[in-house]
Amino acid sequence: MVLNMGPQHPSTHGVLRVILELDGETVVKAIPDIGYLHTGIEKTMESKTYAQVIPLTDRMDYVASLSNNLAYLLAVEKLLDIQAPPKAAYLRVILTELTRISSHLVWVGSHAHDIGAMTVLLYSFREREKLMDIFELCSGQRMMTSYFRIGGLAQDIPEGFETRIREVVDTFPDKINEYEKLLTKNRIWINRTKGVGVISAKDAIDWGVSGPILRATGVEWDIRKSNPYSGYDKFEFDIPTRTNGDVYDRYLVRMEEMRQSLRIVKQALDGIPQGDFVARIPGVVLPPKEQVVSNIESMIFHFKLVVEGFCPPKGEVYHSIESPKGEIGYYIVSDGTQKPYRVKVRPPCFVNLSALPKMIEGRLIADVVAVIGSIDIVLGEIDR
Amino acid sequence: MDNLSLHKIKEKFADSILEIVEFRNELTCVVKKGDIPAICRFLRDDPELSFNFLSCITGVDLPERNPRFDVVYELYSISKNHRLRLKVKVNQEESVPSITSIWSTADWHEREVFDLFGINFEGHPDQRRILMPDDYEGHPLRKDFPLTREEVTFSHNLNRPPKIE
Repeated sequence: MVLNMGPQHPSTHGVLRVILELDGETVVKAIPDIGYLHTGIEKTMESKTYAQVIPLTDRMDYVASLSNNLAYLLAVEKLLDIQAPPKAAYLRVILTELTRISSHLVWVGSHAHDIGAMTVLLYSFREREKLMDIFELCSGQRMMTSYFRIGGLAQDIPEGFETRIREVVDTFPDKINEYEKLLTKNRIWINRTKGVGVISAKDAIDWGVSGPILRATGVEWDIRKSNPYSGYDKFEFDIPTRTNGDVYDRYLVRMEEMRQSLRIVKQALDGIPQGDFVARIPGVVLPPKEQVVSNIESMIFHFKLVVEGFCPPKGEVYHSIESPKGEIGYYIVSDGTQKPYRVKVRPPCFVNLSALPKMIEGRLIADVVAVIGSIDIVLGEIDR
Repeated sequence: MDNLSLHKIKEKFADSILEIVEFRNELTCVVKKGDIPAICRFLRDDPELSFNFLSCITGVDLPERNPRFDVVYELYSISKNHRLRLKVKVNQEESVPSITSIWSTADWHEREVFDLFGINFEGHPDQRRILMPDDYEGHPLRKDFPLTREEVTFSHNLNRPPKIE
């Protein structure tokens, strides 16, 4: 029997269609059909200047938008061969780790809700409100923040930033303990997730899977440790790994990642260096506002940068970072004009979803929802 | 590490390499398209290089140039922590050998390149569109495919169908 788990489905986390061929209750074949949310972001990026592309990058993985911003900007900074100053690097780390926590909170809430534990959804979204308040304090927006710019941040951090984050860092570990109390030793949770959706390490690498799914199979690969960016090599944190590669292990890996992210935020917060929040490179970064309104040269620079943009050197770069879902990479080809010639996004969810058939073929139909949830897909990123 | 990969490829596939570019500490090798499966298999299986992770396959359209398309392969080795980029130049009617038998993840990436650029991959198990609808005509990421805009609906044009240009 062929069953269509259609694009409109409460558990597919977006518009994902999975065509399931069943033999009784066993899944014989599972074919994901994507493209329902395709909006042509890569093509649109070719018609915008490098700075105008930043809001487009937010909208791909809309749950962890600051992470996408950082990935794009690090690629552009690599192309231009500039570096953000230390203060901007630390602040980027803090905000990206908070985004990681926020993404994992959405994941644990919706995944538990799919399996039936609905309370966790309400608890995790309550915690996420505090994080979104911090994002709103900095950038004015709760979700699609676009707070980073080429060379650093858009504006300096406001007052109250540090107190709010300290409050989160102090109260959060108890909340994670609350979720763990509800789920980790719960017999129903264990029955529904242990041994389900297993993928071996060799298959995972072959299928290009990265992020928490790969770490749950035992491969210790985290880009923050192997190719540190934005100052991650200054912080001490562990990479949680498990060995079984099933849905339960992915859950444990993500819960532990939240704790490690808090550890990084605390270390970064304790040591924010002094300095400017953006690298003041004249042809690329906007001059300070006070100078723009008083000085004619700064005003001319500002005007030209906003209206025309800057021209980076010709060439191509690929840079990838560790997003909450896996390896997100940006491949930018520049032809020396103000608009990028080609921007290719390597979306972690797209590649992780391609391994779905491997994970559920031969299993029961009731496990399909648990496995799709454990891959942590965001359709905006898959379809772009 | 980049020099090691380059050195080994030069040793074994000296006549396949057409160009080598190094930019911002990244190494790009332009190779002949017929040799791609052999080179990829060598890169994956050689114990000193062990490029076991294919990050992505993408395409670039350069319409003024002949051959028109660039197919770019991003490779990474998890154990040795080094990256390599392979590039292949291909024309509109030609096809590139598929490397799905070497890294299974190439399946979806090649389908995406086929969908958005129209480049055929020989030996691909299931080459069909992945992002666009199955009966779509045209390949959106080509430079001669226009970026379409739909007119915004205001109250003065509420009853008309929107203009798409």
